[in-house]
Amino acid sequence: MADNPPPIEVRNLTMAYGDFVIQRDLNFEVNQGDIFVIMGGSGCGKSTLLKQMLGLITPAEGDIIYSGQSFVTADSNEQENMRKRWGITYQSGGLFSAMTLAENVSLPLQLYTQFTPKERTEIIAYKLALVGLAGYEDYYPSEISGGMQKRAALARAIAMDPDILFFDEPSAGLDPISSRLLDELIVQLKESLGATVVMVTHELPSIFAIATNSVYLDTNTRTMIAYGDPRDLRDHTDQPVVRQFLTRSSAATTEDTA
Amino acid sequence: MSKSAPVFQLDNTQSDTLMLTLSGDWEQGAGAPDFDELHTNLNALSPKALTVRFDSIENWDSIIMAFLLQCSNHCQDNGISFDTSSLPEGAQRLLSVATAVRPHQQPEPATYHWLSSLDPIRMLSATMGNIRESLAFIGEVAIALAKLVVGKANTRYADFRAFCYQSGPDAFAIISLISVLVGMILGYLGAVQLEQFGAGIYVADLVVIGTLREMGALMTAVVMAGRTGAAYAAQLGTMQTNEEIDAIVTLGVSPIEFLVVPRMLALVVMMPLLTIYADVLGILGGALVAGGLGITPLQYFNQASAAVEISHIMVGLIKSVAFAVLIAVAGCRSGINSGRSSAAVGQAATQAVVTAIIYLIIADAAINILCQQLDY
Repeated sequence: MADNPPPIEVRNLTMAYGDFVIQRDLNFEVNQGDIFVIMGGSGCGKSTLLKQMLGLITPAEGDIIYSGQSFVTADSNEQENMRKRWGITYQSGGLFSAMTLAENVSLPLQLYTQFTPKERTEIIAYKLALVGLAGYEDYYPSEISGGMQKRAALARAIAMDPDILFFDEPSAGLDPISSRLLDELIVQLKESLGATVVMVTHELPSIFAIATNSVYLDTNTRTMIAYGDPRDLRDHTDQPVVRQFLTRSSAATTEDTA
Repeated sequence: MSKSAPVFQLDNTQSDTLMLTLSGDWEQGAGAPDFDELHTNLNALSPKALTVRFDSIENWDSIIMAFLLQCSNHCQDNGISFDTSSLPEGAQRLLSVATAVRPHQQPEPATYHWLSSLDPIRMLSATMGNIRESLAFIGEVAIALAKLVVGKANTRYADFRAFCYQSGPDAFAIISLISVLVGMILGYLGAVQLEQFGAGIYVADLVVIGTLREMGALMTAVVMAGRTGAAYAAQLGTMQTNEEIDAIVTLGVSPIEFLVVPRMLALVVMMPLLTIYADVLGILGGALVAGGLGITPLQYFNQASAAVEISHIMVGLIKSVAFAVLIAVAGCRSGINSGRSSAAVGQAATQAVVTAIIYLIIADAAINILCQQLDY
């Protein structure tokens, strides 16, 4: 093993809104080429963790380190440079509704690359083709279905050939078939781009199908209680809550997530 | 490491089979070749098969994939077999993902000749549709109000109270500023003219009548159109986007009763009060100007109180109620009919303010003509 630092390390992270601690003492690493899943019941802070990793919220304590460089202590210029290497899709797509799909994908290219307008048009056509939306350049997000919006958001996320892809609930609200196709697409893209994927999801089929590593955030103890390949966790974990989550059973300890 | 320019080369290996060799650094800013050049060559040679390979390419990014995708689509469209087996595995895989779904053919948009927009029948039907929609909205509001009077409407008192607060006390600061300034403007305007006739004292009459009948109500209405009318449109538009209005409808509640009526009533109650407040401050603003002209406050208020007539106050109040209804109709109608995107919500807010101000000016003119004819 080369001693390249892992793409993402989370160290002693504590997340809090004011005095209200959501999760404390989070420690994990995401390795190169992982599909890393953040799991947990509703309201445990999965999306908050993702927002902290994206720098949208500053952690109360602890550090997030990208390829050996701390994000929390970096100045805004360095943070900007780190962000350029990420591709992100948001829970509800986050597509700009006033722009066509082509303009949506084009925006990061326009901002950060030196491609000529003609090259950009070609790249947009290619990125949309990758997500199966070839020919939809001139459509507005409101004119296509929810599943297509998710894929269009993915096209925008991969526009810059990112090193790290973040997905917030990529397959929420999709039918099982579309959701499986999206999973396959994520794997394909990850492997061909050589990217690392971090996703928040609680779709079990998708977790078992594509995840290679995961962390489970618990609502009651307010910290992570399991870390590893979700298939291993399902079969071997000693944490009843995690097993319950992963086997979808309602036994023994009830989860209070209301 | 030196960068070499990205190039492609076409070689004829066997009859009907072409070898496409890509070399150099295919990266952004490197000036990758245009597919059109290759396209012309391919059309000229019209091969049966095309094989593509990379030759000493160290760095490549999406631009080479975009190029390959165009090759692949061209080959598919022209029945040329496209062999990618000598490409690196990553590129092969990306290409197969990109070509998995056939490009979507956008349906021909229905195009009309530009002259057809002048077609009187089409214009008439569009205008009629618009008017019908406005009338329908006003009709629905009237039905909801009738139900409210009978006590059967689903209008919540708490909503009404909150909107009263938003459109009344919250607007004090801006109304104060605007009314004092408008009173001063009226004062200066009159003072310059009246001084010429040695009738400076009549500034008080001008300010009082001008403010009570016209400026108090109109300026308050313009401020409220920009402030509250736009807010109503944005609130309802966002509720439309979030499917909240759908939820209200499926709960069996009329969105007009639940959303529009409390907003409209709040404006109807608050606007006359704000107008009276604006009138008082406007007259005070006039007093400041009069003071500058050497008219003592006692003289000014003596003259002013002689000019105040109940009919002036009534005209102002009637206007303010009419304006309140118009602002609420314009704001709520744009909001409820808004599209379901952030851009559409912005459009709704703009449309609300523009329509409200047009309504205001027309209604103001109409009321003035009416008062003139009735000698009120």
